[in-house]
Amino acid sequence: METQVNQKVDTSVPSAKEEVEKSLSPFQLAMRRFLRNKLAIVGLIVLSFFVLVAIFADLIAPHSPTAHNLYNIDAKASSEHWLGTDSSGRDNFSRLVHGARISLTIGFFAMFFTVALGVLLGSLAGYYGKWVDGLIMRATDLMMILPFLLLILTIVAILESVTITLFITIIALTAWPNLTRIIRATFLSLREKEYVLGARSIGASDFRIIFKHFLPNAVGPIIVNATLMMATMIILESALSFIGFGIPQPTPTWGNMITEANSLRILENHWETWVPPGIAILMTVLAINFIGDGLRDAFDPKSNQ
Amino acid sequence: MEQTKEKLLEVRNLKKYFPVKGGILQRTIGHVKAVDDVSIDIYKGETLGIVGESGSGKSTLGRTILRLLDPTDGNVIFEGNDISSIRQGKMRQYRQDMQMVFQDPFASLNPRMSVGEIIEEPMLVQRTMGRKERKEKVVDLLRKVGLPPEAREKYPHEFSGGQRQRIGIARALSMNPKFVIGDEPVSALDVSVQSQVLNLMEDLQDEFDLTYLFIAHDLSVVKHISDRVGVMYLGRMAEIGPKERIYNNPLHPYTKALLSSVPVPDVKRRREKIKLKGELPSPSNPPTGCTFHTRCPEAHARCKTERPELVHQGDGQYVACHLYTGGA
Repeated sequence: METQVNQKVDTSVPSAKEEVEKSLSPFQLAMRRFLRNKLAIVGLIVLSFFVLVAIFADLIAPHSPTAHNLYNIDAKASSEHWLGTDSSGRDNFSRLVHGARISLTIGFFAMFFTVALGVLLGSLAGYYGKWVDGLIMRATDLMMILPFLLLILTIVAILESVTITLFITIIALTAWPNLTRIIRATFLSLREKEYVLGARSIGASDFRIIFKHFLPNAVGPIIVNATLMMATMIILESALSFIGFGIPQPTPTWGNMITEANSLRILENHWETWVPPGIAILMTVLAINFIGDGLRDAFDPKSNQ
Repeated sequence: MEQTKEKLLEVRNLKKYFPVKGGILQRTIGHVKAVDDVSIDIYKGETLGIVGESGSGKSTLGRTILRLLDPTDGNVIFEGNDISSIRQGKMRQYRQDMQMVFQDPFASLNPRMSVGEIIEEPMLVQRTMGRKERKEKVVDLLRKVGLPPEAREKYPHEFSGGQRQRIGIARALSMNPKFVIGDEPVSALDVSVQSQVLNLMEDLQDEFDLTYLFIAHDLSVVKHISDRVGVMYLGRMAEIGPKERIYNNPLHPYTKALLSSVPVPDVKRRREKIKLKGELPSPSNPPTGCTFHTRCPEAHARCKTERPELVHQGDGQYVACHLYTGGA
């Protein structure tokens, strides 16, 4: 990986003389800066590893993650069960592998829909201003007054049983205010730019101005916040599952696996049940945060260090 | 002589007030009178230069004419059609005839669009041409503003200020406008590049049969390019007339002061410099009567109470000053 990074650096130097090199858009320039960031590359590799595990979970896991065997509960690690079994006799390693799939899916889609909602509302508020802005901003204020975790707990408690889709929807519907504010603030600063005025002076539609002039210039903050939000979502899922308000058992998620450590007996004697999912969460979140930091430095080189 | 020419644009009593909000309830507590009762005629094929200090409302005037800002009051009549109160949707069809070149070449081009996309965008928006036709036009325009065709693949950050301003001009011309407003198009450029861009704009004026409204804070730039010159002070027109009259025979004390501050490249010719006292007063609380009386070296009692109107002084020169309407 090191050599590849260096090659990227080298190509940019002689291009000044050659003049034939293709012009790079600001986005491509940012990507190039990103690829020079070693920590971000490490994060990318780690995350790619977990994504691959999630995709090929069926091939990697030796057992079904939900098949229980009540004659073999809380087993120690063996050649049959690499990380032992949990209190229902399910294979911990298989659950860990499949947990990657569920946790990353939830993290990604919760992030995706939150960002979609945040970008939509933030764009409308920042672009149209006036009463549209007032309405949306009061709604975000209202949402931010309510404690995020308590709100989710309440909704989950009312709904009683939660599916993955429902869980993602609930998170997206409660987590949008922060991003909405960031997008709105970015739009407000872009609104004063002369090229936006220029677009208006040629008669461009609102739709075109938002999609061609605002959003491409707001892509930095959007991507950075989306990345960091995905890490938050994974932690949130784990935390909620841990206290029993997340995805119900027997669906394997990392949070659900750690729930086993609720019991002191397992916490003390069966570390192989709860340490691996803990490490998995830690590494995934760290990796995503490194990527997020790398992206932020890449999109805003002035804020460097 | 202007009277025989055809009017392209008429500005009638145009006003643009910005509300000043204050207090906890964000109520309007006053207005900034950025453009206050300005009337000008712009004739086909001419260049009208507008000068004034920063804060005199000259940029707001340009933006209000183009309906980038909605006027508070007054009319803008373009080729006989009043465009000051029509809906933005209907305004779109007039936009191809009226374009703007902006002041800051580093802020007026979208950094995420290639130069080709930037120049093509007006044609795309107005849906007047097919794809192939548009691409050809982009290359053609680039050549006309003195840039190589390869420039269309590049991004704005790869160009210098002067080159960017050329791109801005190419964008403005891409729909064959009749009327172009230059909002201080050269004030952000180096002096050596300024003249290049000015010459380019003059050449293009002949080639495309353009009418310019050229806004600047620099009298020497305006002198170079204008046929007529208007001097603005605190949102109002102080004096307007043919270039020769304004430069050789300025009547308004403010114009005189501005002209005396222009450096002359001749050490022997010593002139009396008129130094103006104080700062430009706040446009949210302009002085009564003639807004210039607080700084005017020739102010008298009447100036403090009565607002002077633009009065014709011969040869198309109009002055808003009591000195020429019977004095004190």
